[in-house]
Amino acid sequence: MAGVEIRHLSKRFGQLHAVDDVDLSIREGEFLVLLGPSGCGKTTLLRMIAGLERPTAGEIHIGGAPPRARGIAMVFQSYALYPHRTVSRNISFPLEALGLPRAVIEQKVRWAAEMFSIARYLDRYPRQLSGGERQRVALCRALVRDPKVFLLDEPLANLDAKLRNTARDELKRFQRQVKRTVVYVTHDQVEAMGLGDRIVVMDRGKVRQVGTPHEVYEDPVDTFVATFLGQPPMNLVELQGALLGFRPEHFLPVAHFGANEALRTFPLSVRRVEYLGSDRYVYGSVGGAGATVIAKLPATVATEIAEGSDMEFAVPERALCYFDAATGARQRR
Amino acid sequence: MLLRRRHGGTATTVKRSLADRENVLGAALLAPALAYVLLLVGVPFVLAIVLSFSTATAGSLSFGWAGFANYRAILADPIFRRALANTAIVTIGSQVLVVVLATAAAQVFRAAFHGKRTARFVLLLPWAVPVSLAAIAWTWIFDSTFSVINWTLKVGGLLHGWLYWLGDPTLALVAIIIVQAWRIFPFATVIVLAGLSSIPQEVVEAAIVDGAGFWRRLFHVELPLLLPVVAVAVLFGVVYTATDLGVVYILTGGGPANTTHVLPTLAFQRGIQGADLGQGAAIAVFLLPFLIVVAIAMLRLARHTEVGTT
Repeated sequence: MAGVEIRHLSKRFGQLHAVDDVDLSIREGEFLVLLGPSGCGKTTLLRMIAGLERPTAGEIHIGGAPPRARGIAMVFQSYALYPHRTVSRNISFPLEALGLPRAVIEQKVRWAAEMFSIARYLDRYPRQLSGGERQRVALCRALVRDPKVFLLDEPLANLDAKLRNTARDELKRFQRQVKRTVVYVTHDQVEAMGLGDRIVVMDRGKVRQVGTPHEVYEDPVDTFVATFLGQPPMNLVELQGALLGFRPEHFLPVAHFGANEALRTFPLSVRRVEYLGSDRYVYGSVGGAGATVIAKLPATVATEIAEGSDMEFAVPERALCYFDAATGARQRR
Repeated sequence: MLLRRRHGGTATTVKRSLADRENVLGAALLAPALAYVLLLVGVPFVLAIVLSFSTATAGSLSFGWAGFANYRAILADPIFRRALANTAIVTIGSQVLVVVLATAAAQVFRAAFHGKRTARFVLLLPWAVPVSLAAIAWTWIFDSTFSVINWTLKVGGLLHGWLYWLGDPTLALVAIIIVQAWRIFPFATVIVLAGLSSIPQEVVEAAIVDGAGFWRRLFHVELPLLLPVVAVAVLFGVVYTATDLGVVYILTGGGPANTTHVLPTLAFQRGIQGADLGQGAAIAVFLLPFLIVVAIAMLRLARHTEVGTT
């Protein structure tokens, strides 16, 4: 087992700084998620760890080993199965490259296939499998040679929404079972929050914040992280030269809070109410400034809210974040 | 109900133009291609088969039924049997050379290097040069006195005697194979290049991460995926080479002593120059089973290895 040390890593494509001076230390056995919008450099960073992309500057250390003996396995977004090989020959490919004896290869393929319960597909070709089955074959091929680090590039992106939930659960169980370091790239915050031990939020080649899902959600370091995470994103309201941030789920009608809670109240002009079953989204503006804010009311808040009305909404003081209006950086108060 | 009747009414009153009548338009668009195939491929083809059973000669309009006499005559003829063998040797030899060279060249051209555009232009030149001109140039390259190959080998200290390229039956066949390979090579390279670029980049990268080196990637991932495309290139190459008259005709004329004839040159010699149309046609018809077998084999191979995208 090994962690990954990344120091001052940069990758330039012409004028574009795809990855810009990234320092990151990935701990042994942790599930680390690289999260960011498309083009933020997360995939380039992963490809450099894999050795598919040569860094412009900086260093990567994997368990202290040189790149050739990296001991990594990668699962691609398209799964990249070898279309002309059966499932079993797909899984055995990395072992053949290692030059293992056939008996050992067969035994390992069987072990890995049983782990992902795809043993009955071993003689089929990738084109005969469904998306979910292909994804498991790809994981199987990654697992079979017992790598130190797994690199996963949006492995769930090609699955339909229903399958994605089960696959996410399987993935997490698998990682707990094999106890290996996993670096996982996604742009889907639900995947990131649900899977990651820690999340690295990236934007324009730079790491914005590294932390547990709880930390990056509850304690964002700047407005980018604050608004990138959360569905709907954090509300930002300009107030006396600073930006005041609060999550939609903390923004509720005053009547809903207890009497002894410290509150910041806002008069909300309700523009529209969206009924979504488990939640209601209330769109409106505060302080007449016109900035749209969203309140996310769980079904348990039964207060009647009429479109076009003015209502008193509030946020608990503890849930407020302050940001610098110019730089977007968090201000601790 | 009312709506439907009204709709039907307008449909009949609006005049339909030719472009709206799909069966008429379809037939009209297909007609030129069909006429081409029937008149310029079908008719000569049938004519060749009919002639091969006749006593027809050039310069005469007489037509006598010969039965299998022409076929019996050529099958008993050692020159014909030699030409049949030569056709197979030249075709197979040149295509083996082409597949190896084109695969290697495609790997080179995939890499980025300085002057790639110029190199690609030069690569394609042999394809653009008319066969006759190229063959004439090659006769000088293989010339018994001025052969640049001989002079180069001599200066390099590799040759101690002298090679009479077009004067020795074996060397002449080698020369023909070289020229035929040279001619098909650019086309095959372009096809293999296209095939290489159709292999998903992620599959190749997966092989890299899986620890496969260059040769393992080439033989276990890229070449198997290229196989259908290479089969198409070979199919074209076989058809071009087996039916080619110009290269052999100009390079050796079938000589020395009728040892390097291939079916097209022999058919031309007997049928046109020798005026025995019947026998010439019979020789040419022998190309047919050869090419049919090759075409079926290649298409089957292509279908067999057809791969779905992941």
